Amino acid sequence: MSETARQQVAIKDFDTDERSTWCPGCGDFGILNGIKRALTDLNIAPHQVLFTSGIGCGSKLPHYLWANELNSVHGRALPVAMGARLANTDLVVISVTGDGDGYGIGGNHFIHSARRNIDMTHIVENNHVYALTKGQYSPTSERGWKTTTSPEGTHEWPLNPLAVAITAGAGYVARAFSGDPRHMAEMIKGAIRHRGYALVDVLQDCVIYNRINTTQWYRERIYKLEDDAAYDPTDVLGAFARAQEYGERVPIGVFYRGPARPTYEEQVPALQRGPALVKRDLNEYGPADYRKMLAELG
Amino acid sequence: MPVNNMSFQFAGAAGTGSDTQGRGWAQALMRSGLYVFGLFDFESRIRGGHIFYHVRVSDRPVHCHVRGTDLLVAFDELAVHERLDDVLPGGAVIYDSAWNVDAEAIRRKQAAPVAAPLKQLVDGTGGSDRRMINTAAVGVLLGLVGMPPKVIEDSLRAAFSGRYAGEKGSKLAEENVAVLRAGIAYARTRFQSAVAHRIVPPDSSVPQALVNGNQAICIGAIAGGCRFIAGYPMTPASTILEFMADKQTDYGIVIKQTEDELAAAFACVGAAHVGARAMTATSGGGFCLMAEALGLAGCSETGVVFVDSMRAGPSTGLPTRTEQGDLDFVVHAAHGEFPRFVLTPGSVEECFEAGWRAFNLAEKYQTPVIVLTDLFQSFALKSVPQAAFAFDAVTIDRGELMTPAALDARGPDELYLRFKDTPSGISPRALPGHARSVHMATGDEHSERGFITESAAVRTQQMQKRMRKVESMVREMRPPARHGPAQAELTLVGWGSTKGAIAEAVDRINAEGGSANAYHFVDVWPMPVEAVTASLGTARYLVGVEQNYSGQLASLIRQQTGINVNYRLTKFDGRQISPEDIVARVNDEVKVGV
Repeated sequence: MSETARQQVAIKDFDTDERSTWCPGCGDFGILNGIKRALTDLNIAPHQVLFTSGIGCGSKLPHYLWANELNSVHGRALPVAMGARLANTDLVVISVTGDGDGYGIGGNHFIHSARRNIDMTHIVENNHVYALTKGQYSPTSERGWKTTTSPEGTHEWPLNPLAVAITAGAGYVARAFSGDPRHMAEMIKGAIRHRGYALVDVLQDCVIYNRINTTQWYRERIYKLEDDAAYDPTDVLGAFARAQEYGERVPIGVFYRGPARPTYEEQVPALQRGPALVKRDLNEYGPADYRKMLAELG
Repeated sequence: MPVNNMSFQFAGAAGTGSDTQGRGWAQALMRSGLYVFGLFDFESRIRGGHIFYHVRVSDRPVHCHVRGTDLLVAFDELAVHERLDDVLPGGAVIYDSAWNVDAEAIRRKQAAPVAAPLKQLVDGTGGSDRRMINTAAVGVLLGLVGMPPKVIEDSLRAAFSGRYAGEKGSKLAEENVAVLRAGIAYARTRFQSAVAHRIVPPDSSVPQALVNGNQAICIGAIAGGCRFIAGYPMTPASTILEFMADKQTDYGIVIKQTEDELAAAFACVGAAHVGARAMTATSGGGFCLMAEALGLAGCSETGVVFVDSMRAGPSTGLPTRTEQGDLDFVVHAAHGEFPRFVLTPGSVEECFEAGWRAFNLAEKYQTPVIVLTDLFQSFALKSVPQAAFAFDAVTIDRGELMTPAALDARGPDELYLRFKDTPSGISPRALPGHARSVHMATGDEHSERGFITESAAVRTQQMQKRMRKVESMVREMRPPARHGPAQAELTLVGWGSTKGAIAEAVDRINAEGGSANAYHFVDVWPMPVEAVTASLGTARYLVGVEQNYSGQLASLIRQQTGINVNYRLTKFDGRQISPEDIVARVNDEVKVGV
């Protein structure tokens, strides 16, 4: 990409005059900064990236930065990203979803995206609550949590997205914290650089509806895996075991980095030659080529 | 003497060759220069049960099946009993003489019992596989109708050498040819004049192809630049994904089988958004899931092509049976209001055209297009002259799509308005990836820039902008096509796969001294009200012929034009209506001009 070599992307390139609808103090602001910083560090310009998102506070994020976006409907950011990436492999594709969006209604797509290995980044803004619908429990809410739809406390155990992603075959599984945008940017950069599906689960507070997992709560528990010299993120069983740790101590960092595997799109016969699909001439083939299909049925 | 105009059935348990033999027979007749129509009647199981393949042959083009069969080829005992009611007077039933079959029951149908020692013929010829009794039965059939065996022998050789490498293929092929010849010889000796039916291949013919509706849609789509398809297997649409997969290397098509229909449809929205001509195919149950993506395509103004091949519903319904029950659904699917096209092709030729035309409509109007077909049409094979596929007439019209050069010419501070309010409602479209086309699109209501808004004024503007497209969309819609005289006592009205049967019913009614014509709809939605009124407004008595319970097109016509369809001749038993069914029911149920 000669254009990339010439361009020098600045963080302000992603600025937009669109005003956010987020609450003051929301962790989403930190995530927005982390994403801008990662793209700037990687010298990826707004027109070279396509964000897809679902519905929820978190899924509004791409609206608050200047870049291409296809904001879809609740739960469907990942299949939209798959279609876009397969059709235009020149685009950097990033899906931004919330926890209900990505792990609940979009849970099936999450599992299959992990094993499918489309080259894309999936950032989940995990605040453990359905916030935009005003405070119902989410797939990652802790058991026993009282909300408007669980007045007696939830009866379900929370989903462990990191363990699911590792088990489902994701090649890059990381966790970040909205209160540390600089570390988060490193996690996102690693995800974008990773060739294949990469998950960055971002722990964040919800200043209105989650009074348990507050920024303070996280700060008291969080530690970084890279500070643990003994931790080996290439060991899948070790990664799975460490993904179980959540409570007194909460690890963030790269949990798992799998061996190099071909991406999905590298294996698609139609994509193994020529430019990106959408850059090909639709008149590349003519009547004589098409008539062959009839001759086979003759 | 019935020469070259008759029908056949090949019947047996699933997995024992009825389908293969039926298709092979249809292909052989076509290669002999005749016209054929083939229909597969099957169950939702892989092995066992009872299925049959119907082949109609004619020396003129045929566009539908007929009720009953002249010649029944039974591959097991059950097939004789199950299908005997279908056998027409003067016909015959071919079966193994070792089976326990009531020959008198066949004679009571005024048909000939053709009991041949199929198993013995196989054993006596050295056939190594019990499945060769099918070949023996086809041999008897060939002998019965006096058809030269060369095309069948050629097909057997091609099929076996294609399936097995080396000696095994040629050995099996030669064994089958020997068994075939034994069957022919047996029939010639013992059943020379059992039936009057004869196949006499014409001296000359045009090259044809044996094509079903799904293949025709795919061929049209590929010629129309479709380079992306995503889908989830569901009868009767699966063969669309399979056909495209088979062609992926030849034409550079990206194929994606997804985890569910949601993912398939949303992947198409993503692919179309960045500029691919994208299609998904499913049946009604899958389309229920896709309704979400249909709405997103409508709101984000993304031209995606959806194919719904209908089967009998609701829910799982009759999974291997046909119906036209989804018209109301696809016209209204997804909440809210947005423009869409619904095309209901009624023949292989029309499926081909819909396959490419859908993409032009989708891109030109930046809105979803639904091609509505059905199980019958997905499976029915018709022989079509290869020249009928007018590839030279295929055009690729991408509408108001800005080229990279046009974007280069824009100033660096010139804001690109993806949803610009225009007189036509169509906003010039630019694809993501260019420095001057950065934009957002969303299923939320949005401003001209694509930003989410709840402004009443912007909502009104954008809603009006989208719906304004319908004014020009309607002008793309063609009037229903007439078959028969301009004026008639009785006007039949249909859509989709019943086209051939309705046309033939009209011909039969007129040949019997009646007075009928028919109108067939392909361009159903948005309904071209003026054209439909011009066609149907002066009809004396309208009969809607539909394969659903309520007469869904008749209701739409009433709603859109005020024209009342006088009688709704409906059928919803999962079996495709035949010309005979229509004539009989018109005579029985429609009391007009009598």
